[in-house]
Amino acid sequence: MQVNEFKPLIVAFCCNWCSYAGADLAGNNRLNYPAEVKIVRVPCSCRVNPMFILRAFQKGADGVILCGCHPGDCHYTSGNYYTRRRMALLFSMLDYLGIEKERTRVEWVSAAEGAKFAATMNDFVEKVISLGENKRLEDLRCKK
Amino acid sequence: MQEIKREDLIAKAAQLLADGTVDRVIGWKKGEFDYDVTPAVFTTKEELENEFVWNDFCGANFSKYIKKEAEKSESKVMAFLKPCDTYSFNQLLTEYKFDREKVYVVGVPCNGMLDDSKIKESASGISSVTEENGKVVVDTLYDGKITLERADVLAERCANCKSKKHAAYDELLGTEGEVLDSKRFDEVEKLEKMTPDERFAFWQNELSRCIRCNACRNICPACTCEKCVFDNPASGVENKAISDSFEEKMFHIIRAFHVVGRCTDCGECSRVCPQNIPLHLLNRKFIKDINGFYGEYQAGAEVGSRAPIVDYTKEDLEPSEAVERGEENA
Amino acid sequence: MQRIGVFVCHCGTNIAATVDVKAVAEALKSEPGVVFSTDYQYMCSQAGQDIIKNAIAEHKLTGIVVCSCSPRMHENTFRKTAAAAGLNSYMVEIANIREQCSWVHKDMPTGTEKAIILGKAAVAKVSLNAPLTPGESPVTKRALVIGGGIAGIQTALDIADAGFPVDIVETKPTIGGKMAQLDKTFPTLDCAACILTPKMVEVAQNENIRIFSYSEVTDIKGFVGNFDVTIKRRARYVKEDLCTGCGACTEKCPQKKVPNEFNLGMDNRRAIYIPFAQAVPKVATIDPNYCTMLKTGKCGVCSKVCTAGAIDYQAKDEFVEEKYGAIVAATGFNPISMDKFDEFAYSQSPDVVTSLEFERLMNAAGPTAGTLLRPSDHEHPHTIVFVQCVGSRCSSCAEKGKEYCSKICCMYTAKHAMLTRDKYPDTDVYVFYIDVRTPGKAFDEFYRRAVEDYGVHYIKGMVGKVVPEGKKLKVQASDLLANKQLHIDADLVVLAAAIEPDKSARPLATMLTASMDTNDFFTEAHPKLRPVESPTAGVFLSGTCQGPKDIPETVSQAGAAASKVIGLLSKDKLTGNPCVAHSDENMCNGCSTCANVCPYGAITYQDKEFRMPDRTTKMRRIAVVNEAVCQGCGCCTVACMSGAMDLKGFMNKQIMAEVDAICK
Repeated sequence: MQVNEFKPLIVAFCCNWCSYAGADLAGNNRLNYPAEVKIVRVPCSCRVNPMFILRAFQKGADGVILCGCHPGDCHYTSGNYYTRRRMALLFSMLDYLGIEKERTRVEWVSAAEGAKFAATMNDFVEKVISLGENKRLEDLRCKK
Repeated sequence: MQEIKREDLIAKAAQLLADGTVDRVIGWKKGEFDYDVTPAVFTTKEELENEFVWNDFCGANFSKYIKKEAEKSESKVMAFLKPCDTYSFNQLLTEYKFDREKVYVVGVPCNGMLDDSKIKESASGISSVTEENGKVVVDTLYDGKITLERADVLAERCANCKSKKHAAYDELLGTEGEVLDSKRFDEVEKLEKMTPDERFAFWQNELSRCIRCNACRNICPACTCEKCVFDNPASGVENKAISDSFEEKMFHIIRAFHVVGRCTDCGECSRVCPQNIPLHLLNRKFIKDINGFYGEYQAGAEVGSRAPIVDYTKEDLEPSEAVERGEENA
Repeated sequence: MQRIGVFVCHCGTNIAATVDVKAVAEALKSEPGVVFSTDYQYMCSQAGQDIIKNAIAEHKLTGIVVCSCSPRMHENTFRKTAAAAGLNSYMVEIANIREQCSWVHKDMPTGTEKAIILGKAAVAKVSLNAPLTPGESPVTKRALVIGGGIAGIQTALDIADAGFPVDIVETKPTIGGKMAQLDKTFPTLDCAACILTPKMVEVAQNENIRIFSYSEVTDIKGFVGNFDVTIKRRARYVKEDLCTGCGACTEKCPQKKVPNEFNLGMDNRRAIYIPFAQAVPKVATIDPNYCTMLKTGKCGVCSKVCTAGAIDYQAKDEFVEEKYGAIVAATGFNPISMDKFDEFAYSQSPDVVTSLEFERLMNAAGPTAGTLLRPSDHEHPHTIVFVQCVGSRCSSCAEKGKEYCSKICCMYTAKHAMLTRDKYPDTDVYVFYIDVRTPGKAFDEFYRRAVEDYGVHYIKGMVGKVVPEGKKLKVQASDLLANKQLHIDADLVVLAAAIEPDKSARPLATMLTASMDTNDFFTEAHPKLRPVESPTAGVFLSGTCQGPKDIPETVSQAGAAASKVIGLLSKDKLTGNPCVAHSDENMCNGCSTCANVCPYGAITYQDKEFRMPDRTTKMRRIAVVNEAVCQGCGCCTVACMSGAMDLKGFMNKQIMAEVDAICK
């Protein structure tokens, strides 16, 4: 069964103050989530440049998720509000280009929400697995 | 056919040069063919009379040229701006790209410009393009005269013109038009209605033709970076990545993203693309989303307005809802 | 090329049980730039740190990666270790292989594989790290306290006691705030004025304290240690330095029909007035909305009676600019408006009053000189109904009330009920409540005394409607415990109105770039561990501007805020966070997009001359980041199209390298 063997590659950008701490809490509480999720620490979700997301896809990621403080709770007061607009527009654009919206996600995870972090990752990985490998990026010229 | 005559434009430019208001004029001059009009700088009346062109192929948006020419000018630089060009003009002012005092804008009305590639679909060996009784008459080397409906060869951006009203000028020639209720998002909606597979196939087909000549970037009035991020060694995306896929898509998504809220939808990117990639459909998707998610916003309608991408409200849509809405619109 | 050392921690079995640490150390050995790789049982232990220090010296390492627990745990530890070995402390990266690997994955192969990838990402990042040095900025040794209530007073006194100059800015003509309006205080029943006014006098006499009364803050620039504040001193038309506070003018002023805000409009004052006898500063103020002289140019009585020559009808608003090292917000609270609570007939009957109005009705300096009389007919009320939680804990009525508990109402209502029964034993006192909340020292005892010793009728249930009928107020209520409807003919109804932050707090928060919650209370830097600091450095919180509080809590928080301020002001220099934004001037477009998104106003623009390749010069507008203000969120780096703006420690290239390493 090929479907079962598919191990997606997931890049998760987590803000230092809430979501990264939330991920740590998930660890403290031993809440399992797939090892396919690899976390990149950023000071704030607003530090995530669309280029990073596209680069991840370019290099073979099957899904990219951004986690930040809940709106209103940003350590930098307004960073996640900008994230919200930027990613709404970017993800809508990626969907427009055929990169399914299920491969991209923004989730607000506080430092106290270890359980939410683990649940979110489990859910996200499951969704990406159901979509299969991300082949949405190939250039016609690269068809082998 | 344009409302204002060539002679009137020359007279205006010559007068401003003569009275010292300006020392250079940005206008159009003849290229190799009738349909191949090219931007030029004029400094004397003689140059204007000999070379200045004003016809249905004067599509070039001069607002970006103002930046360089204003720096060179001792007094002011004059530019002829069509209504859609004035939005770019305002947007550049918003970003402090030149000193308003260094520019004299003569607004010219526009009846829409023709798309030579559309003419070429029905005519080859074109020797001249003229207009008779509201129809476009093409003289060809082999097939004689071919008469075309103006609407059929109108540039896409002109067929979907967003405004016949100037957003800025110092002086206006001819009559002022209105902001139009255009159908420019129809094509975006058509794409949105497709399945992800179809959309992917569409864009794969389009963007795979990109030869990365940077024409879109160089013509774009919003692309005014001192150094483009794709040329910036610190950005991590300079030049091409060692990757066998996605390279051009990444370039075009980032380029479109960088002009979010700044793109006035002037359509120059698609006009200059040698591969005829409908790049404006990327920009329009962002514009349509902005309008839908955050309220109507037209970049360049006012100087100093704050683009929605550098703004927020606490009640903004979540990205998941936002994409969903894109689907709903479909 | 960097020379990188990798140190893999076992963390006892915490990591080693699910990650093959030796395999990780071995795998990372072959990463580009890695010249040394080892593992040890506890890297954070002294012995572990010595391994790192020795390796730095022995292998001339230029960067290290520690694969261990979360950087939130020991990043600082390892930075110090690196610094002790002579390596820049920002040449350290942590791969989190415990919280985000060994603890969440079950089997060894998976854990090991992921740990290696996380290690590779950290190596990729550290190879692009550059040494960073935190910037330093001087500290202006002066504090600003905004708000002159008990919170502001206590904070100012404590700061001044430590020897630092403090300025208090108060919008009212006098300091004292809400506490000055109170009659008695729970649970000790001592008189508010008796304990507050000595403090007010102390403030006036303290050489380190300046009071800007009748003033407001109009602009705040700068950052921790270096705030530039503009204070608007509203024209009071009386020279503060000349006025002796004799009160002759306030007696002679012919304009007698000005609602007295100190008594909440229940009596009148003159157009020239001193809010109350113990006001500080004790200086008269002319109310320009009512003064005939200021409005029509005819009168001038006060000027004639003033022997000190203090009246100045030509006075104008003045602006004072001052530098401060720290700012304390102590803007306080107000009862919410009762206009939307039609069911209690507040706007229909003068005999329905708020608790603060009741305070004035009981106060010897109040409109009734301390005798409890109905505002409508000045008769003694015989039946009084107190309604608790009016607008508090109001989750369903968010448009008129507040979701939170106002915290002080249970206790002051018990106080009111008790005092009423004490002074007027012939009155029937009913209190309608949802719950009685009495967590506080001697609070529950106090409430029980009201019920048991003073015979106050406490009834669990809400008042549904108050209807004025003749001289009576018909109160319809439900008794939830007896499960019956009650109809009470009351003479006076007292509403325990919810409290909300003062309206001046929101614009102040904007000026301070300090964050607020949805109720406009200031947010703490940490709700438990940093409760008196705002997330914005150099801004501190005192009193009810942070959340509902009673007086003892306010005073202790005020002292805590003061001690934080003192801690800050005792430093000569502040060390900043070196992970701040930096703009490459050669690439900057000067488009202002970055400044638009900066939450701290850290980005400014300047015109700079550039030499062009053709030897001409050109003026260009470029962005400049104030490193002392920048907090390093990185929002600007994404707004910047050209990538001129980058974040030290989290550079575009570094994050991209991490992504690449993960996706390899």
